[in-house]
Amino acid sequence: MNLHPMDLDRWSPIILTLVTFIPLAGALLLLLLPRRHRDIRVFSLVVTLLTFVLSLHLPVHFHRAALAGFQYEFDRSWIPTPNIHYHMGVDGISMWLVVLTTFLTPLCVLISWKSIDERVKEFFIILLVLETALIGVFVSLDLFLFYFFWEATLIPMALLIGMYGHGRKVYAAVKFFLYTMIASVFMLAAILWLYAKVGTFDFVTIQNAIRSGQVAGFTSAAQWLFLGFFVAFAVKVPLFPFHTWLPDAHVEAPTAGSVLLAGVLLKMGTYGMLRFNLGLFPDQARANAWWVMILALIGIVYGALVALVQPNMKKLIAYTSVSHLGFVVLGIFSFTQAGLDGATFVMLAHGVSTGALFMLAGALYERRHNYDISEFGGLATSMPVYASFFLFIVLASVGLPLLNGFVGEFLVLSGAFQARAVYGILGATGVIWSAGYLLWMYQRVFFGKITHPVNERLPDLDLREQIALLPAAAAALVMGVAPLLWLNAIDPAVQTALAPFAELASKVVGQ
Amino acid sequence: MTPNLHLWLIPVLPLVGTAVNGLFGKKFSRQTVAAVALLFSGAAFAMALFVASRFSSLTTPHIEFLATWIRAGKFQADFAFYLDQLSLVMLLVVTGVGFLIHIYSVGYMWEEGGFYRFFAYLNLFMFFMLTLVLASNYLLMFIGWEGVGLASYLLIGFWFTKDSAAAAGKKAFIVNRIGDFGFLIALFLLIKHFGSLNFDQVFQSVIPMGAETGGAGLLTAVGLLLMVGAAGKSAQIPLYVWLPDAMEGPTPVSALIHAATMVTAGVYMVARSHVIFDRAPAALTVVAITGTLTALFAATIGVAQTDIKKVLAYSTISQLGYMFMACGVAAYSAGIFHLMTHAFFKGLLFLAAGSVIHALSGEQDMRLMGGLRTKIPWTFWTMTIATFAIAGIPPFAGFFSKDEILWRAYQASWVYWFIGLFTAFLTSFYMFRLWFMTFFGEYRGATEDAPAHLALDIHSDTRAGAPAPHGHGGIHESPPLMVIPLVVLAVLSFTGGWIGVPGSLGGSNRFDKFIGPVFHSTVTALGAEGHGVATAEREAEGPEAQAGHGTELIFTGISVFAGLLGFGLAWLLYYRNPQLPQQIAAGLGGLYQAVVHKYYIDELYAALFVKPLIAGSALILWHGIDQDVIDAALDNSAHGAREVSDSVRHMQSGNLRSYAGWVAAGAAVVIAYMVWIGTR
Repeated sequence: MNLHPMDLDRWSPIILTLVTFIPLAGALLLLLLPRRHRDIRVFSLVVTLLTFVLSLHLPVHFHRAALAGFQYEFDRSWIPTPNIHYHMGVDGISMWLVVLTTFLTPLCVLISWKSIDERVKEFFIILLVLETALIGVFVSLDLFLFYFFWEATLIPMALLIGMYGHGRKVYAAVKFFLYTMIASVFMLAAILWLYAKVGTFDFVTIQNAIRSGQVAGFTSAAQWLFLGFFVAFAVKVPLFPFHTWLPDAHVEAPTAGSVLLAGVLLKMGTYGMLRFNLGLFPDQARANAWWVMILALIGIVYGALVALVQPNMKKLIAYTSVSHLGFVVLGIFSFTQAGLDGATFVMLAHGVSTGALFMLAGALYERRHNYDISEFGGLATSMPVYASFFLFIVLASVGLPLLNGFVGEFLVLSGAFQARAVYGILGATGVIWSAGYLLWMYQRVFFGKITHPVNERLPDLDLREQIALLPAAAAALVMGVAPLLWLNAIDPAVQTALAPFAELASKVVGQ
Repeated sequence: MTPNLHLWLIPVLPLVGTAVNGLFGKKFSRQTVAAVALLFSGAAFAMALFVASRFSSLTTPHIEFLATWIRAGKFQADFAFYLDQLSLVMLLVVTGVGFLIHIYSVGYMWEEGGFYRFFAYLNLFMFFMLTLVLASNYLLMFIGWEGVGLASYLLIGFWFTKDSAAAAGKKAFIVNRIGDFGFLIALFLLIKHFGSLNFDQVFQSVIPMGAETGGAGLLTAVGLLLMVGAAGKSAQIPLYVWLPDAMEGPTPVSALIHAATMVTAGVYMVARSHVIFDRAPAALTVVAITGTLTALFAATIGVAQTDIKKVLAYSTISQLGYMFMACGVAAYSAGIFHLMTHAFFKGLLFLAAGSVIHALSGEQDMRLMGGLRTKIPWTFWTMTIATFAIAGIPPFAGFFSKDEILWRAYQASWVYWFIGLFTAFLTSFYMFRLWFMTFFGEYRGATEDAPAHLALDIHSDTRAGAPAPHGHGGIHESPPLMVIPLVVLAVLSFTGGWIGVPGSLGGSNRFDKFIGPVFHSTVTALGAEGHGVATAEREAEGPEAQAGHGTELIFTGISVFAGLLGFGLAWLLYYRNPQLPQQIAAGLGGLYQAVVHKYYIDELYAALFVKPLIAGSALILWHGIDQDVIDAALDNSAHGAREVSDSVRHMQSGNLRSYAGWVAAGAAVVIAYMVWIGTR
């Protein structure tokens, strides 16, 4: 897809910087804008849309044939002491996570149009700062930079929950903040150890140093380093049993917060595992895979079963994330091409469909200020358009073929099965559970007769809400029908990521 | 160069209908909606006929590639279509019967709300079903497989304000998912061992393999897992429980999806995978036993049902059992033959039942029918043909296909044959029971001057799939749009078996000759190795088979006799002496109650699986582990929940700026510490 070489040359080195910092620039400009709500909303929409359009440069000009390495790289020394680089770059995996982020954020702006009517300016500033931080996580190739963005996501997200949430919002915000913050400290320790030994935070340099065996004392420390990173990521995913912050955070968060939390923030964890746990410590990843996969499997089944019995719609959706992210972890630690391709695809698909589910739940909340499933019933009569959107997304989420959920789940399970049949089999029970919890919820909310008179007059989705949901629904369909558009960039990146594992396997065979 | 038939158009045409009606149908008139739906389903039928006309000039299997769907490493799955005799038969049955039922539905659903929605779903079903039968790999087949499940879910729950309909749709989907779980594992096994899901590649790899003995091995596992999938989709023991409930859907849906086409997908899939099953005798035995037991089991339930659609539902389960029995004894072509004739007569039975229900403004209880033969003559005569066909009376279509299955089953084991024969008797009995109760005797339902005079405890909620009562009262024949499909299907139910007249009756079984090569093709390879069930099976068609014609004729006579016996018993109990059944029922006591309540299987499943699962998830997992163990441990480790919440309250007390300040300060400290460590 080498369309215009000139074009490429001019934009490529700075495109990641632009995409990352335009939202932040927008946030700074917002500070100067007067507090006219409409202007602020329109401005935020324009900024996020601009970011999205710019981010499309990445897949359009991406060299799919190139196997190894990162693209759109930009590497400059930032602080000489300590040796911190401003090093950015993406591969076929992180590129799509960036696009996922820029895709969801404008939808978040739209869906918050009316529901946020107090401290509007602060809200959109926080949202834009959050977008910059999230993108920064995926494009950083310097561990310091990565950690900076990683922690930087915490503050705006905690603020979104704490300031704009409902119910026990501050409890949820603090639980989220402390929990993931404490876990990150272990990663920080591991990063600092690496810096002390290699003298750089640069991911590629460290990776090469480890692979060529130049890091003194690495063998004895490797397991601890692996765990340091892993704990931070596992909490973020969240992997069972570190998941209990998630339902609380989701239930209290405003809709936009939930969308970005489930849609993007959780993927920081799985992305981290893929990039760092596998990228830096392949031997340890292999050695620890058995219990990680077991935890992932527990997450799949456990999350689904607990979701099944939730009386609160939003909490139900939150627990489904525990289940779906279990698939991602399962796929990553299968160390198979299909498993990792699938894991990456699930990340994207889950971002789109669960993001949409939260938008839909939010639309209902705006009307009834309630998430209790028992408060509804028969809504398909009063809100047919809403019911259609909801069903479509539910079907995407239960992994109906030709919609986006299927491709990733199928590949993950196929990969897990190749790694170890019993893991694939246990994971595949997920297809039964997901149909159970989502269709049951759907039946209780939409089918039957209207039991609460107030639901008879609920307005159907308005134009703005439909415009916010349509892209997500369209993406769910296109991803399901033409997954190759995504997979053909993911596949080579996964091949690169798995190269050390192939060597490992051949080493084992050789012995 | 093989010609390009544009096979992809066949499924995609109805999908266009779905898109048009689904997106704009709400604003269309009913005429426009119907025209769109008929146009696109009719176009698919026309395409199928065109393909059939060109078929003889093709080298089979004829494979058409459209695009690549999924690629991960070396694994690849394509949108590619596979045409051979087997898929051609399925194609014609699905588009032909499907188109007829579309026509019928226009009349049947005319006064219903959600008219456009109904036809959007119906066309969607056609899309997925045609994808299923035309797929050239298991993954594309799986798209169709899950997709027809979706269409079924939507159509069963079409009257979604009714709780029972919504629950039935969900049940169908979930039970099918249990089957799909097995299907998926089978696919993973195939990928792991053959690296592909393409039919030709998988079968090429399997053909050189020998038959697995001792009931273990890769192919046996694959076969068993595929059968799990088939049991879900085709409503076999133990996953049949969704199909009777599926009768909540509008009756044309029951005819098309839950009788003629979708539920036969499992049979098609097993027949398609015959290369695998031929080499997995243990799996094949499981198929045969499952089919045989299901045939009998469902027939016994059918005997005691009073809802006309429920009788037909159990009858469908039972007939599907016959098809699996056939596949299980490697008589695939007999199974597909029965699949085809069954599509004709069972589709017709449902449509005719729909016509009865329509005439009675929604009544489905046969105890409130009777004497309808003069009032709705077209319905009566067409249904009569269908009833004779399913009862296995010659020369109606069902006779030939069922007889072939029984004969082939006998060659495998007399036990299959005997159970099949007894089931044939039961089938004839419950079908003629239905026939007599509906069309003969006195009318027992409500009339305009008198309410139903039957002192029976009939719950209104047992009515399933009934359209809303019509404005015009009185018992009336259905409009031409409904009658014409009945007549066409009646002709097919009468003559459809004649293409498969066996040698023993002076025919040449042209159906078997046509479709046989699909199932023969592997036999040569097997024969070369000198073992395998199929080989032994095929030998029976050699010279010795000629000598067996006499025996075959005797067996034909026995099965015809069984059918007549069923007729006689039904005549005795439901025409001659209608008081007798109640006395017999009273005499049987508990046994009768068990049959009426379908052996309490639904209750058993609820008690064994559903309730423990929900209670366990809520009490043990959620409240127990999540809240009492994990969260409690967390709170403790954070110096007690109280202190945390105290500090929380502290932070909460401030305004936004002080809170943001706290967080920012925390982050700043961390970063400063980091830099400090780094500089050392």
